[in-house]
Amino acid sequence: MTNSNEFINIVIICFSSIFTGNILLSYFLGMCPFIAVSKEVKTAFGLGMAVVFVLTFTCLLNWLTYHYILIPFQLEFFRFIMFIITIAAFVQFVEMVLERYSPLLYTNLGIFLPLITVNCAILGASLFMVIRDYSLVGSVAYGFGSGVGWMLAIVSMAGIRKRLVINKIPKGLQGPGITLIIAGMMALAFIGFTGVLQGQ
Amino acid sequence: MLTTLLSVTIISAFGALLAGIIVLADKFIANYGECTITLNKDTQFNINGGIPLLEALVQQKIFIPSACGGKGTCGYCKVKVIEGAGPLLPTEEPYLDKKELENSIRLSCQVKVRNNIDIFIPEELLSVKEYICTCADIKDLTYDIKQFRFKLENPQTIEYVPGQYVQLFAPSINGSEEVYRAYSISSDPADKGYIELIIRLVPDGICTTYCFEHLKVGDTVKLNGPYGEFRLADTSAPILFIAGGSGMAPIKCILHHMKNTKNSREAVYFFGGNTERDLFLIDELKKEFESSLKFKIVPVVATPQNGYIGEKGFVTHAVERSVKNAPQAEAYLCGSPGMIDACISVLTKLGMDVSKVYYDKFS
Repeated sequence: MTNSNEFINIVIICFSSIFTGNILLSYFLGMCPFIAVSKEVKTAFGLGMAVVFVLTFTCLLNWLTYHYILIPFQLEFFRFIMFIITIAAFVQFVEMVLERYSPLLYTNLGIFLPLITVNCAILGASLFMVIRDYSLVGSVAYGFGSGVGWMLAIVSMAGIRKRLVINKIPKGLQGPGITLIIAGMMALAFIGFTGVLQGQ
Repeated sequence: MLTTLLSVTIISAFGALLAGIIVLADKFIANYGECTITLNKDTQFNINGGIPLLEALVQQKIFIPSACGGKGTCGYCKVKVIEGAGPLLPTEEPYLDKKELENSIRLSCQVKVRNNIDIFIPEELLSVKEYICTCADIKDLTYDIKQFRFKLENPQTIEYVPGQYVQLFAPSINGSEEVYRAYSISSDPADKGYIELIIRLVPDGICTTYCFEHLKVGDTVKLNGPYGEFRLADTSAPILFIAGGSGMAPIKCILHHMKNTKNSREAVYFFGGNTERDLFLIDELKKEFESSLKFKIVPVVATPQNGYIGEKGFVTHAVERSVKNAPQAEAYLCGSPGMIDACISVLTKLGMDVSKVYYDKFS
């Protein structure tokens, strides 16, 4: 009974981080790459995959750091610094490994990694995970879900922007201007999911 | 007190641990051992792998044009890689057209040497050398343009085609980046022991700030070259030079060359400036070339002050008003991309064929 409850709980965490609590459209984290790299669906997808990967693993690592280093020594207030250096070291390490052992993955994923090291969505997810007191599995599910949600948002944005090319947009609004307005509309649309479930 | 010490120790230990992992990874994972670069099928050299191809070539004193210093933003450092470059990177794609992709041309600053690599570089680029010079003279031409004269020390002479450019090295000053920037040679090609450059101050430009604020007579400077396809075509058609500001440099060099070779082609030079303050060396050019060549210089001022006599308006307007022989002539343009595009459209309107317009875009 407890097991199935926990399983359901994890599915809820994952689902809600994709839709109802989308890290980009509800919390507006990770906006800069969202606006800068959403011109092509292909690159948006590559960056999205990199975010899913990094979010999932940094949530795992940061959960371990928090519960096995910071809490025992009562250093919770250091979590900002600890989390960000863990993320930076992890991304650097993964980039080197990919470059060495998988040229194919490196071309498609690796070159985006340095772009997202200092992305606020990555740090944000780790901090939310602590505030909401998720379990280890819950944190990983939350990281994965947030990544998928971020990817969903940027890929849809890239799809919309591709169609914008054929539309007449007032000169002053071209580029980031119209992108922000569309991001706002997408955020409104995602509010529609709020009624489905709330996993916080 | 104890708590503070303990927390500092723990955080530092954690940081050190992560740094250690990265250092070890850098030593063992990002270490590609010795790689061999085969150049034009006949020359081979070994380098330590893991660095960009451009950097490896510079280590071997082979200089490929690069204006951005390896950031993948200028797209000049193209090299044909026959084998061993790995898949095309998204960072290269915007700079390569279809023909270049088919010819396996790559951006050498983005391609990393991770294994043996087989490349092709045209012979003329291999004649590019590095020159150590001393700054012999600095002369103010206008409020924002200076002429620099460098004495070549090692090697002591240079051979180049008039119209070509060199890349000047700007060392790091107070933490600024080290960069190479391209400047056309303006001196007399017969004067093989010296090189002159005409440089306009770019606000916040790394290299021009170095030249204007730090470089002094007697300092040692490093440059490499020559590069570039801009040169006088071998015909007898009348010549139309159009340039403003530091765009005078390659044209002055070509004029020296014409004088040295007793070239009898007719040449008119439209020299554009915003105000009178932007014009320079006009009397010198008149004195030097108007008697020995069939040469005329036409200064054009866009917004004249203090009762200026002479051509007024944009340089394109002056060309439109006074050039009568456009269909027979050849044009040589130097300047910003905007000015060059405007000139090309005026010249084609006057009846000049686009293939007769040669230009050097300064960007």
